[in-house]
Amino acid sequence: MKIVVLVKQVPDSTEIRVDKATGTLIRAGVPSIINPDDLAGVEEALKLKETTGATVTIVSMGPPQASEMLKELYARGVDECVLITDRKFAGADTCATSSTLAAALDKLGYDLIIAGRQAIDGDTAQVGPQTAERLGIPQVTYVDEIKAVNGDTITVKKALEDCEQIIEAKLPVVLTTLSGMNNPRYMNCNDIVDSMNKEVTVWTFDDLGIDESKVGLAGSPTKVHSTFTKDVSADTETFTLPANETAKLIAQTLKEKQLITK
Amino acid sequence: MAKFEGYKDIYVFVEQKNGEIANVGYELISEARKLVASIPHMNYSVVGILLGHNIKDKAQDVIAHGADRVVVVDHELLKDYSTQFYTDALTQVINEFKPDSLLTGATVLGRDLAPRVAARINAGLTADATKIEMDPEKQDEALLLVTRPTFGGNLFGTIICPDTRPQMATIRPNVFAMDAPDASRSGEVVEFQPDFKDTDAKVVVKEVIEKVIEGVDITKCDILVGAGRGAENCLDMVKAVAAELGGEMCCTRAVIDDGFADKELQVGQTGKTVRPSLYIACGISGACQHVAGMDKSDMIIAINRDPQAEIFSVSNMGFIGNVEEILPLLKDEIIAAKKA
Repeated sequence: MKIVVLVKQVPDSTEIRVDKATGTLIRAGVPSIINPDDLAGVEEALKLKETTGATVTIVSMGPPQASEMLKELYARGVDECVLITDRKFAGADTCATSSTLAAALDKLGYDLIIAGRQAIDGDTAQVGPQTAERLGIPQVTYVDEIKAVNGDTITVKKALEDCEQIIEAKLPVVLTTLSGMNNPRYMNCNDIVDSMNKEVTVWTFDDLGIDESKVGLAGSPTKVHSTFTKDVSADTETFTLPANETAKLIAQTLKEKQLITK
Repeated sequence: MAKFEGYKDIYVFVEQKNGEIANVGYELISEARKLVASIPHMNYSVVGILLGHNIKDKAQDVIAHGADRVVVVDHELLKDYSTQFYTDALTQVINEFKPDSLLTGATVLGRDLAPRVAARINAGLTADATKIEMDPEKQDEALLLVTRPTFGGNLFGTIICPDTRPQMATIRPNVFAMDAPDASRSGEVVEFQPDFKDTDAKVVVKEVIEKVIEGVDITKCDILVGAGRGAENCLDMVKAVAAELGGEMCCTRAVIDDGFADKELQVGQTGKTVRPSLYIACGISGACQHVAGMDKSDMIIAINRDPQAEIFSVSNMGFIGNVEEILPLLKDEIIAAKKA
């Protein structure tokens, strides 16, 4: 079984701060990490490798620097890493990204595709389902557990708002995984040494045989109209009062607004 | 006008489960009503799309909540949600009726369905919108300006789809307010029969395990008292104040991660979005990830020791002080106010 995991390198959004003077994001010094939902997917793939002898291939789309992150995945035990990188892919929305990834997946071949549910920089959760659609194969999103693989059938648990579903799907299928479904393994010392010698396969636009109108900004139906940092709302009244007066004023306000009822 | 020949009206995918319609569909219909009212010269309607089996009698509910028309797709393959059959049916509805825009709830179901449909028809889809307006400069195109948070809520982007139709967006539950239904409203019900090329299900649900939700659903509470890390030592008091107000406690991610409360109570980007009448933020610093889940509350009162806390910038009233000291006194004041 050939498992392909889609992985994105993202800025650690919990470390991002806004420069209040300029109203822009402070990106300097913000570490790049492997997107958490994707890392959970890598771990699931490595578990299947151990139990079924599957091979694990990583595919990532991003700038050339992302190859450092991919080397780290070799140290966790994956078999092959492919980085899709080209200036022509810049500005891609999820529609164009999924077209690009699908072209790479067609070229690689696959039995099972795992993608993280969503990336912490964009939070769209769209690339997994859209890649499945481009490939014409089924999907199961919000996967919380991979229970078994029997022949060409995979059984997973999906987490919904009010219930969980045990789902059977025929391979090939795209699963999207949730961080928290497992504890990703650490890098292995021997593998870290070995990973130094492993190469990341780099594919550019010319390697994918895809129409230029389907990638990058040109292939993206959504366009960014404008960006801003924070809706400044509410004219706050701030009080510094002794605790008992604070309590009185809050209760009095709630009473006036009819938020205290008998 | 000829740019998108035949595309008209704002459509809302109305999610249902076992015949019960999720509120988010009605929230989106209420918002769609405001959008069409902002471009009266275009004469746009609000149209609900209802997929399911034996659900035709629900169409009147959708009209009562503000739809001018409801497209009902009733088929046994649509009884329970399936990515495959719902994508086939919804895509055919779009191709037949040509919506100018299509709004879908950003639920687990909506986030499974909408991207798949958008990819099939190569339409632009914006995820998790928090604000939707008509571009005042492109009124004759009914161009939507769709705003959404990114980078964990640190940055907001306004997204447009200038060259494709329908303009698609998903919106999380509770982001928009739901108007009260009007049972006397009338509207048109249109039935549509899809043509499923392949009726063999590729993905099968073998078993459903109902989740036992401990406590209450905070998204349905009218009063919430939120606890942040600064209130971790007095969570019982937070609960007591909430109880006196007839509300519930909710928490920031930090409190959940520290193991003090259940994930079901988490408000914020990776938790739930709430919009109660009153939100009292106790010891909450106001990280944008949390604020993204509660800043639509009608009234926000914040209590925090740190005068620089970000929470004050989204609050209507801010109190600089120690929650551990203030909350017991507040509880007594509320009890006294009830008696008065």
